[in-house]
Amino acid sequence: MDSFQQTLFKLKRYWDERGAVIQEPYDVEVGAGTMCPETFLRVLGPKPYRVAYVQPSRRPADGRYGENPNRLYKHQQLQVILKPSPDDILDQYLGSLEAIGIDLSKHDIKFEEDNWESPTLGAWGIGWQVMLDGLEITQFTYFQQCGGIDLDLVPAEITYGLERLVAFLQGVESVYDITWTKGVKYADVRLADELQFSVYNFEMANVDRLWRLLSEYEAECKELLAKYQDYTDKQRFPVLATYDQVLKCSHLFNLLDARGAISVTERVGVIKRVRDLAVGTAKIWADQQA
Amino acid sequence: MNFLLEIGTEEIPHWMIPGALKQLATINLFGATPQVDATPRRLVVRAIGVPERTPDEAQVIKGPPLSAGDRAAAGFAKKQGVELSAMTKMGDYYELRKQVPGRAVRDILAETLPATILGIQWPKTMYWTGGKTGPRFIRPIRWMVALLAEEIIPFEIAGVKSGNATRGHRKLGSSAIPVTFASYEGELRKNFVMLSADERREKIVTQITRLGAKPDAGLVETLTFIAEYPTAIRGDFDPAFLELPAEVLTTVMRHHQKYFSVESAPGKLAPHFVAVMNTNGDPEGLVKRGNERVLKARFNDARFFWDVDQHKKLIDRVPDLGNVTFQAKLGSYLEKTNRVVALVDELGGNAHAQRAALLAKCDLTTEMVKEFTDLQGVVGGLYARHQGEPEAVAKAIYEHYQPLSMDGEIPATHEGRLVALADKLDTLRGCFAVGLVPTGSKDPFALRRAAQGVVKILVEAKLDYKLDDLATGELREFLLDRIKYYFREIRAFKYDEVNAVLASGCGSLTDVEARLSALAAVRPTENFEPLAASFKRIQNILKQAEFQPRDVLDQELLEDGPERDLYTEFVRVRDAARGESYQRALEQVASLRPRVDTFFDKVLVNAKVERVRNNRLTLLHNLLTEFSTIADFSEIVTSHQTVHNAETAVRSGDQKSS
Repeated sequence: MDSFQQTLFKLKRYWDERGAVIQEPYDVEVGAGTMCPETFLRVLGPKPYRVAYVQPSRRPADGRYGENPNRLYKHQQLQVILKPSPDDILDQYLGSLEAIGIDLSKHDIKFEEDNWESPTLGAWGIGWQVMLDGLEITQFTYFQQCGGIDLDLVPAEITYGLERLVAFLQGVESVYDITWTKGVKYADVRLADELQFSVYNFEMANVDRLWRLLSEYEAECKELLAKYQDYTDKQRFPVLATYDQVLKCSHLFNLLDARGAISVTERVGVIKRVRDLAVGTAKIWADQQA
Repeated sequence: MNFLLEIGTEEIPHWMIPGALKQLATINLFGATPQVDATPRRLVVRAIGVPERTPDEAQVIKGPPLSAGDRAAAGFAKKQGVELSAMTKMGDYYELRKQVPGRAVRDILAETLPATILGIQWPKTMYWTGGKTGPRFIRPIRWMVALLAEEIIPFEIAGVKSGNATRGHRKLGSSAIPVTFASYEGELRKNFVMLSADERREKIVTQITRLGAKPDAGLVETLTFIAEYPTAIRGDFDPAFLELPAEVLTTVMRHHQKYFSVESAPGKLAPHFVAVMNTNGDPEGLVKRGNERVLKARFNDARFFWDVDQHKKLIDRVPDLGNVTFQAKLGSYLEKTNRVVALVDELGGNAHAQRAALLAKCDLTTEMVKEFTDLQGVVGGLYARHQGEPEAVAKAIYEHYQPLSMDGEIPATHEGRLVALADKLDTLRGCFAVGLVPTGSKDPFALRRAAQGVVKILVEAKLDYKLDDLATGELREFLLDRIKYYFREIRAFKYDEVNAVLASGCGSLTDVEARLSALAAVRPTENFEPLAASFKRIQNILKQAEFQPRDVLDQELLEDGPERDLYTEFVRVRDAARGESYQRALEQVASLRPRVDTFFDKVLVNAKVERVRNNRLTLLHNLLTEFSTIADFSEIVTSHQTVHNAETAVRSGDQKSS
């Protein structure tokens, strides 16, 4: 039986063999691998790109103090982007499952409709959830739009839910029982994060300060966005740094949401604030690429 | 010739497939009848007897007028590619008669099939190649088989060329299988694809029945179009989970996992489930074990949610509703809740009904409903019971989303009905007030369903509220539309009867229903339709005469004979019908018929003396208004169409002498 990290190695090797850049996780908090610049920005513009990376994804509202066997504040996704999508992409994907030891002739695989949409990112796509013996192991999406921009080259996005997938492979019922590496359980590595971040996110995060931070990051982002038009050397313009501000805002929004600090009337407005930043950044990136 | 078209795609959403097949069944095969089939990965059209060529066709092309002269004709001929001598003259024009030879059907299909295929309408499409302007389809097309008389019909879509090779099941079949029309279905079967949906459906039903599950028709249909090679297996779960409410267990199994539940006795769940795989078997029990583990985790979640949710009672969750959006322009569920409580009070709801209205939406803040949204209401009801709320309150919360469809049950308790009614009415009033009115097929807030629910509850619970008290203006019209729909489509009343009854006004729906039933009962009787025709005639005469009721009827002016007889009968019927049931009253009204007939036979309404004329019109007017309170008979479509035209009716009266 492969450990958690051995399975990751195999998946990375598989996509390495298919020409993907193997990236390390992005170092700003994100709610999903899709939000990393390696996906959100790279899918824009006419340049082909292939990338795979593991992304720890933080969803403050999903924290359960480490008490729920299947729900995590921070779970890990293996995110694969193939732009443009090759014709045999689904077969390649199924091949990756075989590569980690799943004999598909003995299992039941189904592709069930599941389209993806992110209002905060101005993004949507068409796809499926992939069901393995009744377990959703992957989200598969053909991106159609990102940052409000129709995509030139339609990429395939494959998002593996790693904890679920490995729990399946190892036959354990709680993610905390996953063998991370020999003699080390998932709980040994991650349980403290789950507990402590749940406490912070739900009980201790300072709401007023979070709001101030949100405004500060937003202001920084807006200021940068406003400077692009008159900036002469466009390629030098720090759109990547601008995008980091968007991610900060998005994460702060999620934190405030988990604290129950966003009222009904505010909610739509804050989502729009973040979306405007994301769309503005996407436009600049696309312009730089053109 | 035999025709075979297979559009090979990535997995199409199951619910869209039947609609696509309906469209493909109308494909033009020059007289041959298309037979359509589909699996999630292929849309197939087959036909026998497709002609090789279309027939030659005689064509007449009109040329310039003779007056334009030979030069014009020569120019025309040149443009048509013929000699001037080929032109003939017809009347004042030149014309060209030519025989257009038929074409090879293969050539025509090669030209038209791409547009036919890409012309299929889907609820949502995507592009996958060629950017935004590239071809759009439901999912990427990966291969195509197109054969006519075993030869390929050549065409290309999105870089995919048509050919003669199909693909089998994703894992069990081969990925390049040359086929002919004759071998096609058999080759697929050898490669673990059952082409016929009927066959797949039958296999699913047979297998799950054998495994002890009840075939839920909707789920069977879903799985029929999810699997190319369906095979059912049975799994088990820990009987300890049976402590959880059956509603929760069933929802997890059916809606989240697409499993069939198994009962040990009617209404009693057994600790088993039946899953349908898209493969040929599970000899090692791996799939069974996998599904069991998923279900166990799901059930554990549900148990966890149940336990966590009990830490905060429903009543303590009311303030939290302020954080749940009902609709951006209509504020939170807390505001909605306050409105619904007030409305239930206004409708005369008792303390239990008001309590239920207060708690009805609280389950939206529970973990259980956040996870299993289909269970909204149900979970609230179960929690209320668990937390010691009175049974009437629990039941009302449980069922306040009902009816879920036109055929669905309305709530069983009076409290449940009031809360359901008030909840839906509030949604309708709110949305209409801020301009969120359904248009065409767009109805994002499911207002039609809400309105239909209002109507269904009012009628079937026999609630006596007057429509005018419940709704005004645009919403009243919207509800009227649903009322008509309900009585026509669900209750099978004839459309003209519904129109006739509603034309006489719409008070409470119980009254509308009573009048409709009476009308439908009297309608087949001998006198009714002729009388209805006469009423329509009366209405037309009054309209034609631009009659304004001013004077009371002057009995002195009545002419002895048919006119006075009609009046006497009118008074008799009026008195006899008073206080009677609608049906008895309508029977009485119908008995007027001979006198009305005689009146129109013998009496000239359009009398020369104005006073007499007005008096007659007054008589007819009184007759019409007095007897139109149950139904407006002029709305009844009769088989006696002769009096439809007002003018004719009056003029024919004119020709008679009085």
